[in-house]
This record gives sequence, C-alpha cells and structure tokens, in this order.
Amino acid sequence: MKEALDQWHYVIAAYGVAAVGTLALVVWSWLTMVAAERRREQSRHR
Amino acid sequence: MHGFANPARFLRLARWLTPALLLSGLVLTGAALAWGLFEVPPERLQGETVRILFIHVPTAWLGMAGWMAIAVASLTELVWRHPLAGIAARAAAVPGATFTAICLASGSLWGRPAWGTWWVWDGRLTSMLVLLFLYFGYIALANAVDQEGGSPRIPALFGLVGAVNIPIIHYSVIWWNSLHQPPSLTMGGSAMAGPFLVPLLVAALGFSLLFAGVVLARMRALLAMVQADARLRRKALEA
Repeated sequence: MKEALDQWHYVIAAYGVAAVGTLALVVWSWLTMVAAERRREQSRHR
Repeated sequence: MHGFANPARFLRLARWLTPALLLSGLVLTGAALAWGLFEVPPERLQGETVRILFIHVPTAWLGMAGWMAIAVASLTELVWRHPLAGIAARAAAVPGATFTAICLASGSLWGRPAWGTWWVWDGRLTSMLVLLFLYFGYIALANAVDQEGGSPRIPALFGLVGAVNIPIIHYSVIWWNSLHQPPSLTMGGSAMAGPFLVPLLVAALGFSLLFAGVVLARMRALLAMVQADARLRRKALEA
C-alpha cells in the first residue's frame, strides 16, 4: 500500500511539470505574438 | 511550399490556424492526460508509474521532431533561400527545448521508482541531455545573430550539424546497454497493449497540435518583429 502511494507522488509530480511547462509555453508564445503584432501595427502609424 | 514564401499569404493562413491548433491541442492533450491519470489501469510490473508514459513518450518524440524541423528548415534556408525558413527554424527551437526538458524531467521522475535512480549516464539519457544543450546553443546563437548582426547561415549550419544527434538518440538503446527499454512502438508494430496504446496516440496528437500552434505563434511574433524593425528603420531614414 505504501509503495502505491509513493508511486502516485512521482506520477503527480510528472503531470505537474508537464502541465506547468506546456501551459507556460503556450501562454508566453501567445502573449509574445500579440505584443509583437501590436508593435507592428503601431509602427505603421508612427 | 514556395507558395507560402510570401509572408502575406502565410499570415492569412496562420491567423486562423494558430488559435485552432492551440485550442484543439489543449482540449486533446487535457483529455488524453485525464484518461491516462484516471482511466488507464496500473501496469502489471510498473504499477501506477506507467501513467508517466503519456507525457514522457510524446514529449520525447516532439523534442526530436523539433530538431528535425530545425534541420529541414535550415536546409531550405541554405539551399532555396526560402524567406520564412529561417524564421520557422528559430520558431521551433523554444518549443523543442521545452518538450525535451519535460521529457528529461518526467523520465527522471519515472526512473526513480522504476530503476531506483533519478539518472544514469547511459546512451539514451546522455544523448537526450545533449539535445537539450544543442537547443540552448541554437537559441543563444540565433539571438546573437539577430542582435549583434551576422550571417543567418551560422545558426542554419548549426541546426544541420546538430541533426547528427537524432539517430544517435534513436539507436542508443540498440547500440549500447541501457536501463532504458528499447522502443515499444515502431513502424513494424506495437508491443504495447491497447489500453496504453490508444491514450498514448491521443496524447501524442494533442501535444503535436500544441507544438504546431506554438511554432506558428512564434513565427508570427518573429515576422512581426522583423517587419516592425524594418518599417521603423525606413521611417528613420526618410525623416
């Protein structure tokens, strides 16, 4: 029983690392893209 | 392929494709990971830790696929001077590095309960770590060329030469003794039971859609930066 509980700790840690890493990548890429395209639009009107 | 050499045509496609890929990728990956966590039964030998498979394997594939994308885009940039090829290569570097890092971290978390150790310096793990360092080197080189000025051929050549590591990663478990198991899924078939194989393929598809969406978002960002800089420089010269 103890071994099964220990195994879940590793599983949850792996899923946590994957979820945080992937979501951070998606959000950062999206925000960078929006900011860059906004800057391009602003450069048109300067 | 050359039809998309025109950035305006590329942007028309990428504007609707980027959110579509990211949203479908998030839904599919979330569903596959929930399936892996709550529905898949524990494996006979590995117990509950088999659930790490649904993260570790897709991120390993995408870590390697990311570098192959860099190599193909670099070759296209060097040979055909495709205007978007260099941008595509640069855009694939950060998601490739992220998925390689997730693969290494999840592999380490799987190795501790399965092998009794977080890390061994064998062929598979070491060549995967080398891939992460190659990504870091490529990102640093590409940024240096963008900021300091220099030939874009330098990161393209680095991308091509670094591809040598991909077959080494793939064949490492066949060439050398390793704690890491040989591939269970090949072009010839699968040694994996259906309850594990199906969610694995769904997770691989979900992560792949996310990877493609992130590459498109980064391509749009890099293209917008180049266009804004060029426009501001032109206006400064005219003033």
